[in-house]
Amino acid sequence: MTAMIEIKNAEKTFTMHLQGGVTLPVVSGVSFKVNAGECVVLAGPSGVGKSSILKMIFGNYRCDRGRIGIRHQGALLDLALAEPREVLSVRRDTIGYVTQFLRAVPRVPTIDVVAEPLHAVGVSRDEARQQAANLLRRVNIPERLWSLPPSTFSGGEQQRVNIARGFISDHPILLLDEPTASLDAKNREIVVELIAAKKRAGVAIVAIVHDDEVRQAIADRIVDVTTFAAAA
Amino acid sequence: MAVSAGANVGERLMAVGWNHYGRIRDTASSWLQRVEIDTARIDDAPRTYSGGMRQRLQIARNLVTEPRLVFMDEPTGGLDVSVQARLLDLVRGLVNELGLAAIVVTHDLAVARLLSHRVMVMKAGRVIETGLTDQVLDDPREPYTQLLVSSILPP
Repeated sequence: MTAMIEIKNAEKTFTMHLQGGVTLPVVSGVSFKVNAGECVVLAGPSGVGKSSILKMIFGNYRCDRGRIGIRHQGALLDLALAEPREVLSVRRDTIGYVTQFLRAVPRVPTIDVVAEPLHAVGVSRDEARQQAANLLRRVNIPERLWSLPPSTFSGGEQQRVNIARGFISDHPILLLDEPTASLDAKNREIVVELIAAKKRAGVAIVAIVHDDEVRQAIADRIVDVTTFAAAA
Repeated sequence: MAVSAGANVGERLMAVGWNHYGRIRDTASSWLQRVEIDTARIDDAPRTYSGGMRQRLQIARNLVTEPRLVFMDEPTGGLDVSVQARLLDLVRGLVNELGLAAIVVTHDLAVARLLSHRVMVMKAGRVIETGLTDQVLDDPREPYTQLLVSSILPP
């Protein structure tokens, strides 16, 4: 089984200089592996550090210690020590990230927001928009909204645009932070199906899911993040 | 002597050896269009342009010779927010389309987030923190960087 993600002893602490230098330990001793085609769900109470771990895997949070091993272009790269351009290359080609809330460049139409990850790897605008249209249809975003920027959409609609954007590429690793949180039952089903399809295609997935039903449906393994809670 | 907007753009082409008046004027005109300046104003003096139009004219003038690297110093300084937004969208689009390398000086962190891949935070003449834009703005480490990030007005 190919390990797509190998995290070893990762640790992160915030130092709040504006609050007199108080240190806020986030996580420590984080170690786990994720194989191709496997979905690992990070579990634990709110505030324990689940989203922080995803951000460390994506390179958004820098880690203070430890190794974030990512299989990128055939070799295991330590993201914690990678150059900025290497991180950008990993994000473009290897890791997709569906954040908890959509963050899109303003004034860009929804169809282009979703098409962008494909266009960034060289797919033509038209072909990328075609695929974006298919995915938007799949997550029930009506065509009359495609030319509008998503900033005025409802929370659930924004999240579905976020999901479409995250799922459109062939990234071998996907990070999902509460992908179904703002969705109704019908749309939750659709997202569970999309995740199942990605697993069949061999994608390694790390997800944070609070909903028990969705967790049952997608998780191959649960990692309890409370074991990585840093000593206060 | 007031050099017209079109001539401002045309001068750059002449400086790199263009000498066909018709072609120079056509190229200048098409760049004015690209930066959304009404081509009917090609012969007007830039002092009759608004602040936003002058900035866009500057962009046209700098990009007409198809440089590989562009420096921008406070490109949105002093412009009202809607004008800033249009200018940023224009710059972002052009940088993508032309594959430009750009170094931007700005004190507006929203501009940094929108335009840049990497950021260098400077204080008292020294670079105190550097990294990917999202890293530096979401996970600021240095005291001054934390101060900057915490000072951003919420949307």
